[in-house]
Amino acid sequence: MTFEPGDSVRVLPSEKPGHVRTPGYLKGKAGWIESLIGEFPNPEELAYGHSGLPERPLYKVGFRQADLWDDYEGPAEDYLYADVYEHWLEPGEGESA
Amino acid sequence: MSGHHQHEEAGRATSPYAARIRAIEALLLDKGVLTEPEVQDSITYMETRSPANGAKLVARAWMDEGFEGLLLSDAKAAALQLGIDPEHPAEFIVVKNTPGVHNLIVCTLCSCYPRAILGRPPDWYKSFEYRSRAVREPRAVMREFGFEPPEGVEVIVHDSTADVRYMVLPMRPPGTGDMGEDELAHLVTRDSLVGVNVPRS
Repeated sequence: MTFEPGDSVRVLPSEKPGHVRTPGYLKGKAGWIESLIGEFPNPEELAYGHSGLPERPLYKVGFRQADLWDDYEGPAEDYLYADVYEHWLEPGEGESA
Repeated sequence: MSGHHQHEEAGRATSPYAARIRAIEALLLDKGVLTEPEVQDSITYMETRSPANGAKLVARAWMDEGFEGLLLSDAKAAALQLGIDPEHPAEFIVVKNTPGVHNLIVCTLCSCYPRAILGRPPDWYKSFEYRSRAVREPRAVMREFGFEPPEGVEVIVHDSTADVRYMVLPMRPPGTGDMGEDELAHLVTRDSLVGVNVPRS
């Protein structure tokens, strides 16, 4: 496992087309690892009839809403969690959350 | 169109999507990929899943702290214990509302939903409007459903982007200490299991 809970991460700003499970609004955004959910066949391969193997680690990643939206209406303690595959993450900068 | 699609005759949907689905279904049947009984079994399966299953899980968790612990740590095992077969979702995770945290579920990429437990999602859950606004302005969305989290409560949005299906464990409404499990279950609405609102009180 590359990441541990609490690690800072950044979602890759990749433009990879196809059945990617990383929503556009998270690309390039900074967050942290909440937990490892498990390992699953890669849906980006599975969707096109391939095996999706080897399985990829899937993490629950936390983000501050204020880091996602410039005009977010709500307190700084509002969060968004999304499930992101390891190959969409790189180590983030700064302190762990 | 072949004549063996009896279930389509009443109230046929006329949208282009419905027409496309009918065409694909007819092709799969004609080519022998699926059989008519399999299609019927699949329809029956979905129709036996409903928010009542979620309500049962929640009501039991309100009554039984040990069960709540199981529901939060291994939701599929908890479902099996109540005779609910959680077969389909790869992962099923239940997130707990507390006096300090309110959870809201969305799937921005499509319409992932714990169908094996709750059945088909409501149409609004699949709408572009809900999917885009729930992540960007969850508090405004909840207000439109008639709910405003009290001052000081954090809102956590869960975007089910991949292999996990989520359900909310709402808080037990105050003044329900005398109620039994069935009565409690009637308070639990589908909206409260998605988190756009709280249970009836």
